[in-house]
Amino acid sequence: MSGLNGIGLVVEDHPSQPIEWDNALPILHEIRHGLHRLSGGGEPTLIDLHALPFGPGDEERLLELLGRGEVEADIDALGPTRVWETAFPGVWLVDHRNAQGERLALHIEIASVPEILRSQSEDIADALTRLDACIAAGAGAPNPPPTNA
Amino acid sequence: MSDPMGFLLWVKGPALDGALAIFALGMLARLVEIFMLGRKPNYAEPKGGEWGPGFKTILTRSVTDPGTFARAPFNVVVGWIWHLGFLIALLLFIPHIELFKGVLGIAWPGLPNPVVDAITAITILALIATLVHRLQHPVKRRISTREDYVVWAVTFLPLLSGYLAYHRLVNPYPLILGLHILSVELFLVVFPFTKLTHVFTAFIARWYNGAIFGRKGVES
Amino acid sequence: MAASKTLGERLREHGVSRRGFLKFCAATASMMALPPSMAPAIAAALEKARRPSVIWLSFQECTGCTESLTRSFSPTVEDLILDVISLDYHHTLQAAAGHQAEAAREQAMKENHGEYLLIVDGSLPGPDANPGYSTIAGISNYQMLKEAVAGAKAVVAVGTCAAFGGLPAAAPNPSGAVSVMDIVKDKPVINVSGCPPVPMVITGVLAQYLVFGKLPELDEYHRPLAFFGQSIHDRCYRRPFYDKGLFAESFDDEGARKGWCLYRLGCKGPSTYNACATMRWNSGTSWPVESGHPCLGCSEPKFWDAGGFYAPLSAPLGSPGNTLLAAGIAGAVVGGAAAAMARKRAAKAETERQPVKIDELEQKL
Repeated sequence: MSGLNGIGLVVEDHPSQPIEWDNALPILHEIRHGLHRLSGGGEPTLIDLHALPFGPGDEERLLELLGRGEVEADIDALGPTRVWETAFPGVWLVDHRNAQGERLALHIEIASVPEILRSQSEDIADALTRLDACIAAGAGAPNPPPTNA
Repeated sequence: MSDPMGFLLWVKGPALDGALAIFALGMLARLVEIFMLGRKPNYAEPKGGEWGPGFKTILTRSVTDPGTFARAPFNVVVGWIWHLGFLIALLLFIPHIELFKGVLGIAWPGLPNPVVDAITAITILALIATLVHRLQHPVKRRISTREDYVVWAVTFLPLLSGYLAYHRLVNPYPLILGLHILSVELFLVVFPFTKLTHVFTAFIARWYNGAIFGRKGVES
Repeated sequence: MAASKTLGERLREHGVSRRGFLKFCAATASMMALPPSMAPAIAAALEKARRPSVIWLSFQECTGCTESLTRSFSPTVEDLILDVISLDYHHTLQAAAGHQAEAAREQAMKENHGEYLLIVDGSLPGPDANPGYSTIAGISNYQMLKEAVAGAKAVVAVGTCAAFGGLPAAAPNPSGAVSVMDIVKDKPVINVSGCPPVPMVITGVLAQYLVFGKLPELDEYHRPLAFFGQSIHDRCYRRPFYDKGLFAESFDDEGARKGWCLYRLGCKGPSTYNACATMRWNSGTSWPVESGHPCLGCSEPKFWDAGGFYAPLSAPLGSPGNTLLAAGIAGAVVGGAAAAMARKRAAKAETERQPVKIDELEQKL
């Protein structure tokens, strides 16, 4: 044992200083690489923030540094997903959450528009079928909204 | 014992106990013999003290006389470098200090890890240099015995394996850490039966030299 | 029982849009510790995945692994995973009990023979141990495992107890507990160790198996490299402090409050391989080191006997101080005896010394 009995504990009134971690800075470099690649007509980049060893406060600091841009979108598919452009155009944040509001994944997507915002070809094909049915049923009939789980 | 964690637990447990037992038994037997057999009684009138000059000589002999340095500068300089480096890596690296605390119950302040790491790298290079020198110098090559090379190897392996373990250059980690501890156990087992006993006897010899000269009233 | 519809068809039946499905795949990729660019590949694989039958056997366990899995947040992803599989037997989670439950298990095993996934948590008394230590419905764990493994496609040992023996196997191991690996030699075994395993690791491994239909890449302990390929030490956010040599010396001291490295307090991070440092616990809230407690090394074999949770990794096991003392005393005795014998021999030689004349010497030489 490490002599726990010999520790004199002193209760202090003032809150301890916030600790400065700087694990957020390397991510900015990775973002910069991705953005440079995108600007040269290259592939979009996806960074999964889940897999990185953040210390307490690192994620908040990173999001604060990235800031907010002009676009914010709310998606409702299997729970809410919020997408917003950061203060750096081309750098988007995709925050997937479940129906209870708990986070499933947080991605940085470096693209002209995140993939999840695009309408998917399967859904478009499905929409065509339903629109045909709607037109056939008569122009006045109300459109039933697509059912989501 | 055939998996990495099992191997690590074996070297930290029964193997360490065995190696320490052999080390302690061998070294105590040697030292008691030395002190009990001692010296022949000297019936001449003492012209000075023994103890003071004895201890003084332990320190003063650390500096080589000019003749020795002129004849073998490489051995003196490189020898100092790797001996100091070895001691720093052994005694001032914080995980090692925790080991000593676990065995002896005492601890002391250490050096930052990157400092010890740099010193270890220098020590490893210096040790390799001593081997190369021994193999290339005609006289030294001639008079070197198998024991000299064995002792070099058991001294080199803990440094090398420790460096590899610290930098996690071998996977999985429990394997290389286990090998490092095993190499130290090999060092301990070989110690009392080779010239490694100089770790203790060098200082005893220096004391005796100083004591003999001091009794004669002569500067040593 | 296992359905024959693909996952893609089932999701569309549930009214899940393609966009929703993509979100599910992105979350799954994150959970499986795969790069997010793999989400389309996962989508393609899951589209065609069939719903496998799963039999879950619980042996000498504390139920912590099942708790970990079910107490993890139950978002659509987790629900879908458990929805994707057909959990045909789990005696903690299922409502049925008694003979009917065992009969249902045997029927599931027969109908899906050669295809079902077998999940085991808890260790089991070995073939030479007294089977009475752990039985279910009067059947010994060992017999139940052998029967279940015969028709299984693969076995997943969840938790350190199933993977390595865990707490029941700790000294002196009264029940003769062994791990699943010790018994199952002819079917692939995936070990998901941890006490308990990080819940997302459990579901991630299941997801990997479901998506790709084959075993993930495994390390020398049969653990998936995706989650167990990195040591805690290499992913720890306090690593810069270790590298600088800044350590907490005792709990709640100045260094501990500054968040310094916990090596001296017994952290086994350097020799432990798990995903806690990045995935963390309670939906990514925190993990032991972040809360100020050293890592126990709970995903490694024999961690209960590995020398104390608060003794540093470099500290010896056992009591070497006593060994040194005892051996030192023995050595002193040996040395003393040798020296005494030598002295006696020298004294004897002194008394028995015969003087030699010069003529005799010259004749000898």
